Amino acid sequence: MRRALAAAALALALPAAAGAEPPPGGIVVPRTPPNTPLLQLGYQLYAGNCSSCHGTGGVGVVPPSKPNGAGDIRAAGPPLYGVGARAADFYLRTGYMPLAAPDSQPRRSRVLFSPRQLDALIAYVASLGKGPPVPRPHPGRGSVAQGLTLFTEHCAGCHQVATRGGYLTGAVAPALDEATPTQIAEAVRIGPYLMPRFPRRAISNAQLDSIVAYVEYAKHPDNPGGWSLGRLGPIPEGLVAWLLAGTVLVGCCLVIGKRAHR
Amino acid sequence: MTRLKDWAVAGLALLVGKLAASSRTEETEERIVPAGAPDRRAETWVLALLALATLGAAGFIVVYALEDVPHKTQLLGATLGLSLAFLAAGCILVGARLVVTEQLEEPYPEPTANESDQDAVAEIVRESGSRITRRRLLTLGGVAAGGTLGLALITPALSLGPLLDTEALTDTPWRPGRRLVDEANRQLRADEIEENTFYTAFPEGASEETLGAPLIVVRLSPDQLDLPKGRDGWAPEGILAYSKICTHAGCAISLYRKPTFPEVQPGPAFVCPCHYSTFDPATGGTVLFGPAGRPLPQLPLEIESGVLRAAGNFSGPVGPSWWGVRMKKAGTS
Repeated sequence: MRRALAAAALALALPAAAGAEPPPGGIVVPRTPPNTPLLQLGYQLYAGNCSSCHGTGGVGVVPPSKPNGAGDIRAAGPPLYGVGARAADFYLRTGYMPLAAPDSQPRRSRVLFSPRQLDALIAYVASLGKGPPVPRPHPGRGSVAQGLTLFTEHCAGCHQVATRGGYLTGAVAPALDEATPTQIAEAVRIGPYLMPRFPRRAISNAQLDSIVAYVEYAKHPDNPGGWSLGRLGPIPEGLVAWLLAGTVLVGCCLVIGKRAHR
Repeated sequence: MTRLKDWAVAGLALLVGKLAASSRTEETEERIVPAGAPDRRAETWVLALLALATLGAAGFIVVYALEDVPHKTQLLGATLGLSLAFLAAGCILVGARLVVTEQLEEPYPEPTANESDQDAVAEIVRESGSRITRRRLLTLGGVAAGGTLGLALITPALSLGPLLDTEALTDTPWRPGRRLVDEANRQLRADEIEENTFYTAFPEGASEETLGAPLIVVRLSPDQLDLPKGRDGWAPEGILAYSKICTHAGCAISLYRKPTFPEVQPGPAFVCPCHYSTFDPATGGTVLFGPAGRPLPQLPLEIESGVLRAAGNFSGPVGPSWWGVRMKKAGTS
C-alpha cells in the first residue's frame, strides 16, 4: 500500500515543473515514468547517488581521483561486483549509504530512499555480478544461551556483551539496539567497514540464528528492577556506589565535626 | 643472613634498654597527673587481647602459606579481621582502664609556643602511665602484636612473582612442527584461512591454559607484508600467527579490525579490548597505538601437506612485560 502511494506521489510530482515539490535532501531522484521497470529505476538511482564513488556499473573508484562527487568530493569506493543483494540490502536499509565523505565511517542514519527505490537499487546492485542473496535468519530456531556464549566469543570484544557498542582504535562499534535480525545476519557475513567478516566455518547458520536470538533478547533483557545504569556492568555501578557512599560519609563527617553550641 | 639477625637483636636490645631507662626517672619530679591505682586485672586482659591479635596475624601468615585450605579467602579475612579487632580492643582497654583520665572542659586557649607548656604535656603523657606496673611486658606484647600484624600485611608480597627463576615466564608450548588446532581441536588447514577475518588457534596436544598457547591467526595478501629482517618465510601464503596475549597487561586480543576499502580506511590491526593497544600484523606486530611497550610476538609458520604448523618459537617473550623482558627470548627448552 505504502509502496503504491509512494509511486503515486512520485507520479503526481514528476509531471509538475521543477520546484513544485522539492526532492528529499541528500539524494538524487531521477525523473522516471511511474511504470519504469525496477532494474531501470535502480540503474538511474545508482547513476545519481552511487556512481561518483562506486564508479559506472560498479567498477569502483581508486584514489587518488579527480574531484567528481557532489561538492567536489574526492571520490573513492570499492567495486560492487559480486557483493550481491546482501551487502546492498544491509548498507542501504541501515542508512549507511550514501556516505557523506568517502573516508568517514558509515553510521546508521535516516533512510532517504523510498521502499520501492530501495528495492530497485538492491536489485540493480545484485544484477552487477553473481553475489549472495539477502540472508533469512530464524532467531526462533536459535538458543539464547548458546547465542550469549557465541556473542561473547566473537562479538563482545567490540560490541560489549550488553550489545551497547564500543570503541576500537579508528572506529566506533555501533550499538545493536536498532539492528534487525536480517541486518545482524548480513553484518556477520559481510563485515561492514572495519568489522571482520565471519565465514560459515567460523559461525554456522545455526549458530548465527542463536546469535541473532541473543541480540534480540539483549534489546529487552529480563529486568530485575533497580537502576540499570545502561547495563554497562560493575564500573559505572561502582562509580555510583562510591559517589553515593562518599557523599554520605562526608555528611557524617560534617555532623560529627560540628562544634557544640552553648 | 646472620648479619641481619645481629642487627635485629641489637636494635631490640637498644629499644628495650631505652624504655627501661626512661621508666626509672618518674618518681623524683613533681606530679601534674595524680598517680592512679594499679589495675593488674585490666593489664592481664590487655595482654590476653594482644596475644590473641598476635595469634590472629600469625594465623593469617600460616593460612596464606598453606596450599589447599578450604575456604581460604574467608579464613584469610577472618584471621586478619580478628587480629585487627583484638588489637583495637586492646587499645581501647588501655585507653579506658590503664591510662589515668580526667574530664575537663574549658575554652580553647590562645595558641602559645611556651616551652614549659610543652614540658608539661610530655609530663602528662609520661605520668598518665602510672597505673601500669608491667610496662616492659606490655610493651613487648604491643611490639609482638604490631610486628606480627605488619608482617602479615606484607606477606602477600611474596606472591608478586618469581624473583630469580623467570624461566616459566618465557616458556611456551610451541615447538617446531607442532600443529595449530582451533577451539574444537580441529587442525587448521591453510586453505580454510580466509582474508578479512581472524582465527584463534592453540598448540595440538598441549595445554591451552598456558600464557604462551593461544594464537591469533590472520591471512593478508603477501604483497601487503613488511615483516622485519630475518622473518623471511614466517608467513607462508600470507598467513600470520601472533600470540593472542597483549604485551601490555596480558589481556586476550579479541578485536581484529580490517578495512572494507583499504584505500581510504585504517589498515588491518589487532586491538586489545582492555586498553586499546593496537598492533600491526603486516609489520611483525609493531605497536600502532596504545600503552603496549613492545611488539606482539610472532610465531613462524609452515604448511605441511595443507596443515598449518609452527616452524619455531615466538619472536620474543609472550605476555605482559616485566623488568628486562626485552633481553629475553621465548624459551626453546
